[in-house]
Order: sequence, then C-alpha cells, then structure tokens
Amino acid sequence: MTVIIGADTPPKPRKDIGGFDAIEARIDAIASNPGSAAEAARELVTIGEEILECWIKARGEDPVDEEREGFRLIALHRQGARGEPSFNACRETVRELAYHYNLITLDPSHPDTEKRLRLAVMVAKHLCLFVSGKMQVAGLGEFCCSSRPLRSDGQ
Amino acid sequence: MADKSKPKTYQEVGYYPGCALEGTGHAYNRSTKAVAGKLGLKLKEVSNWNCCGAMEVKNIDPKIQTYLSARVLSNAAHLDKVDVVMAPCNGCYHNLKKAEYDLTYDPESRAVVDRLSTKAGHAAFEPGQAKTIHALDWIKEAIGEDGLRERTRGKLAGLKVANYYGCMYTRPRHIFPEKDQGPGSESTSEPHFMDDLLAAAGAENVDFPLKTACCGGAHTLSDSDTSTKLVLNILQAAEACGAEVIATECPTCHTGLEMHQVRAEKRFGVKTTVKIMYFTQLLGLALGIKPRKLGVQENISDAMELILEKQLQS
Repeated sequence: MTVIIGADTPPKPRKDIGGFDAIEARIDAIASNPGSAAEAARELVTIGEEILECWIKARGEDPVDEEREGFRLIALHRQGARGEPSFNACRETVRELAYHYNLITLDPSHPDTEKRLRLAVMVAKHLCLFVSGKMQVAGLGEFCCSSRPLRSDGQ
Repeated sequence: MADKSKPKTYQEVGYYPGCALEGTGHAYNRSTKAVAGKLGLKLKEVSNWNCCGAMEVKNIDPKIQTYLSARVLSNAAHLDKVDVVMAPCNGCYHNLKKAEYDLTYDPESRAVVDRLSTKAGHAAFEPGQAKTIHALDWIKEAIGEDGLRERTRGKLAGLKVANYYGCMYTRPRHIFPEKDQGPGSESTSEPHFMDDLLAAAGAENVDFPLKTACCGGAHTLSDSDTSTKLVLNILQAAEACGAEVIATECPTCHTGLEMHQVRAEKRFGVKTTVKIMYFTQLLGLALGIKPRKLGVQENISDAMELILEKQLQS
C-alpha cells in the first residue's frame, strides 16, 4: 500500500507571507489568458522580480536596481543568494525565465512561441513556489536541502 | 565506433549505496547493479558503511556530517583499497564531495574528523586517498556514449525523455572542481551527462526547463502542499515538453516525484500521466535487461504499459 503524506488530512491554513498567493494567481491568469506573448513574457519577468524582491526585503535589504546580463531579475537573484548559498537552488530557474523571455521576445512569431510561453509560466510558478516555501518556514528552519545548519560552530 | 585508444577508467569502483538505496530507492540500487553486471563493471560495496549525515545531521552539526562522510571514504580507501567511490544518490554524492572539500580547505573540519576518527579507532580520511563520483560520471567514463551506442543499438528510439537532475547534483559549484572544465566535462548550469547517456541509447531528450529545479524534497513533511505544487509543476512542464518519461538520478527526487504525483491527484484533482524512472532502469532496458531485474515493478509510477507500448521489454 502506498502511503501519501497528508493526502487525506484537510489543508492547513497557510499564511500568505509576502502576498505569494496573489502573485501565483497573476501567473495563473497569464496562463489562462496570455494575450500578446511578448507582453506576457515581460509580465512574467516583472513578476519574477517581485518574487525576488519579497525575499530580499524580508532579509532587511533594499532590492538593487542594477542589471546583470541585461536582466534586473538576475541581479536580484545574485543579491538574494549573497550569504545564502541555498538560494542558488533557484538560480537556474531564474535564468530559465530570462532565457524564455529572450526566446519569446526575440521572435514572437516563431511557431513554438505558444509552447515557450506555457513553459515560461511554469518556470515563473516554480520560482514563486520555491521562494514562498522558503519564506513560509522562515524562523522554523531552512527549507532547502543545502540548508544552513542550526549549529554552525561544529562544537 | 568506440574510441579504442581511450584508457578504460572506473572499471572497478567502490560502491556507496547509502541509506536511501536500501529503502525507498531500492529499485535504483537494483538497476544500478544490474547495469553494472551487464556492462562488466565491478562494484565493490564499501565495507561497513554508514549514513553520510544527509540533511538530518548536517542541519544540526555540519562537522559531524563531514566526519560521517569522511568515515565512508576512509573505509573505502583503507579497508577496500579503492580510490574511487561511486555514490548514486545526489545527497550522498553531495555530502561526500563536500567532505573532500572541507577536509582540504577547512582546518576546523580537519581537526574534528581527526579527533573523531581517533576516538572511533580508524584511520582518518585524507583528501586524495579516494574521490567521489556520481553514477552518471561512472557510466560516462567507464563505458561512454560510443560504448553504449554499440551495446544498445538505439533501443530507446522513439522514447521522449525529460532528464531531471534535481538541485543537489551541481550545487554548490565549488565542491565540484571537475565540473565546468570545458568540452567533455559536466556543466553545473546545464547538466547533460544523463541526456548524453540516454541519447546514446536512442532516447529523444526533450528541452526541459526545470531539469535542476527544486523538487521540494526537504519540505515534504513541513509543508506538503508546497512540495506537491513544486512537483506538479515539474511533471506538467515535462508533459508540456512532450516527455513520456522523466528520468531521475536521485532516490529522493525520484520518490518525491512519484509520491507527489499521486498526492497531486488526490489533493488538487490534477492528474499527470508522465512516467518516472531511474536512468539506470532506462539504460538497463536498452541493454536488454528484463524490467523485473531493474525493479520497475517497485516504482510507484507504473511504467509497464509504456515499456510494452515502446517495445522496450526483452
């Protein structure tokens, strides 16, 4: 018999730290009604920036305005990962979002644009879920498999 | 054709299955051994191995985790006389690599490992006495794509695969000095060893944007819904890319994908049909090994129908 953790228990009320439920809803809205692919891709990158801003602000920092490799999104991720190596678990997710933005906006009439946008939506959603997960457990321990230890002095 | 001039490496390696491969990842253990047997590669299980310290110990005291991983490497080097230890689990692989790194660069870790090794009555591990590799490195080096191509004759042709590496196979970059070394080496930003091996066996790899994304493994107990949503996103992305199967190379990721695939349907009413299989199971099928010997029946994700449909069964 397969035991699925918590499958039959009622959902626990979850505190929406940083407004991630609203962000997730915006991503879902783009998925269901994308409109212009290029505009939707831009909006997804903006959402990605907002997600990272939530993380950075929660750490008591001001999000940077600079760009890395042409993206503020990437600069924000670098800032968010500073002193927090486990945050690099979403490094490639951030870069995939930038990559899909490039694919879509550089050639919006490409036959794969619809598929690319669908994947960009999923990548943005993954970033949202990952960062919200980290925020959710803040103060209780770390979310990530490469987490910072409770005792780091080794004594 | 295989490159006959290339020296054969990793023909016999120390094998560190780790705890997961004796439990939830049993099919990974089974398929890894079956593939080794078929390829004529020898696995010498590390004598009296212990837990690598995984996340549980590391989250309390990382130096103890370093010691636990170092003890595994010490046993391999001193008891088994091997200089390469192959760890198929991403968590074990990560921890053993980290121990190698910490013992090289962190005097405090060195002191703790020396003290505990003396107390336990075994030789302390010294970096360089044995090195850790992943199962992907092992097959890539020991057999290579050409060798696989010769042995499998495109058996996986027509099978669309999304290769999922998880987030620990390449992170943090500094503990993997052999990666990002140009052509032929593994990439930490765009890993491809699994893609290479399965393509050599004939599989069609899809362009999958979440190949190193977090599976929410560590969150399974504390916030199951987020883990389920993360996995569901991975499964749906794989399906959107046209994948019929997700190939895995980590027992934790694999179990997480399988469990949360079921849970996503129960909890959120979202059904996904993409199958989840260890890359060693897929390579085993390509090599003509029977599904049962590869532990396919042990998977929660039932891939038998797909195996029959694609005529992958010998």
